[in-house]
Amino acid sequence: MWYAAVAAGSFRRYATYRIATVAGVFTNTVFGFIVAFTYIALWDERPHLGGYDQAQALAFVWTGQALLACTGLMGSGGLEELQERIRTGDIAVDLYRPADLQLWWLAADLGRAALQLVARGVVPMAVGALAFPLALPGDALTWGCFLLSVLLGVLVSFTLRYLVALASFWLLDGTGLALISGLACMFFSGMVLPLRVFPGALGEVAQLLPWAAVLQVPADALVGARSGGALLRGLVFQAGWAVALLALGRLVQSAATRKVVVHGG
Amino acid sequence: MWMRSALAYRASFLMMAFGNFAANALDFVAIMLMFSRIDALGGFSLPEVAFLYGTSGVSLGLADLLLGSIEGLGRRVRDGTLDVLLLRPAPVFAQVAADRFALRRLGRLTQALLVLGWSLPHLPVEWTVGRVLMVPLMAVCGTAIFAAVFTAGAAFQFWAQDAAEVQNSFTYGGHAMLQYPPTVFAKELVRGVTFLVPLAFVNWLPALRLLGRPDPLGLPGWVDFMGPVVAALMCTGAGLAWRLGLRAYRSTGS
Repeated sequence: MWYAAVAAGSFRRYATYRIATVAGVFTNTVFGFIVAFTYIALWDERPHLGGYDQAQALAFVWTGQALLACTGLMGSGGLEELQERIRTGDIAVDLYRPADLQLWWLAADLGRAALQLVARGVVPMAVGALAFPLALPGDALTWGCFLLSVLLGVLVSFTLRYLVALASFWLLDGTGLALISGLACMFFSGMVLPLRVFPGALGEVAQLLPWAAVLQVPADALVGARSGGALLRGLVFQAGWAVALLALGRLVQSAATRKVVVHGG
Repeated sequence: MWMRSALAYRASFLMMAFGNFAANALDFVAIMLMFSRIDALGGFSLPEVAFLYGTSGVSLGLADLLLGSIEGLGRRVRDGTLDVLLLRPAPVFAQVAADRFALRRLGRLTQALLVLGWSLPHLPVEWTVGRVLMVPLMAVCGTAIFAAVFTAGAAFQFWAQDAAEVQNSFTYGGHAMLQYPPTVFAKELVRGVTFLVPLAFVNWLPALRLLGRPDPLGLPGWVDFMGPVVAALMCTGAGLAWRLGLRAYRSTGS
């Protein structure tokens, strides 16, 4: 029950940053327009590139912008605070608490993601749908599957960011690693270019990596590039990575807390 | 001082420098991936797009190196630490710009210079002295234009303390746009970055002239050479906005 309270608190906390949220929505929308126009030029040149038609490609662009903040695609997403607590040694206080560190931060991240999905997802998507012809589903079931896929994507993204944050126990200052991990996520999630458009083996490998679970799979579910059995396989793929990485996070966490020497005595 | 503090965590610094280099390279990797499937984007070849990418990146990279720290102004206004700077006997603007000076920003500049250098001999341009001189002139004017946008964005934060991201959509968003040929975008958008926030003068207009292509808005030819005038006007405007903002600044209530 605690963890629900943590999630709700995190939701409310992010809800207070109103101007920052509006500024973020503005930025997502501006970038959505820029990328959408480049994709139109690209799909004009090569129709059905990667198996998407133009309306699907455009829906992909705006899904990316709508999920950018929610899934913490650029890295960070609140976990830089955990990283900072490890660097300064405040983490010692957290370890004393009668709550599990991983579950605590997971709950907080889910609360954050829920708020960001609503606050920074809906408006860019709506603007995109007004300005461009998007291939969006008309039935509630597909939207439901999309939301389930987003939830799994957030889980995978959390586990990756949590591992990066834990690395601060060894690196002390983890900002460099967080930057690189954020870049990997941008590139291999499909945010820079849908993974199906990547040429040859690079595309095939990229679709097996955990980052594909963060954006590529949910976006494919929404734009109709995955349905039926393919959709089910996508969800299992996401769930598999989520479970594996959660377990790995747990392992690293116990190794880290065993060796922890808190700064300042 | 900020350089020494960055070097204190050596592994992190190295990853940071690499990350900054890679962050910008990523955009270009995306462009190359696109060109692995197509021959021209909006009628422009890969070297031509690389030229746009390089000139835009060099301008933004230089402006970011000089003034990028100014983004942090909103945080300083919010938590009240700007007051400290007001007490020191040096211009606030210079102090904010030098705050957290980060050598790692060289990553962006280096990467943009490499792409620009690669594109130049591959362009279908007969190089004359005038045309060669146009490239550094573009970089200088572009830097001034981006610097003005940085400053105006920071001045805006005196009022809207939490809105650093709006500034990002003009600087980084503008940069993302200028990487691609203007033919890719809708006319209204091109008009917006020509007349409203005149980023088109950073590289689009002079580059179109250099590549011998008509501009999509059909402006008279002399407009292509207005970069220095536009840059001077924008810097003046941004300077005024900064002074107004600083005068409107009231410290935090806490």
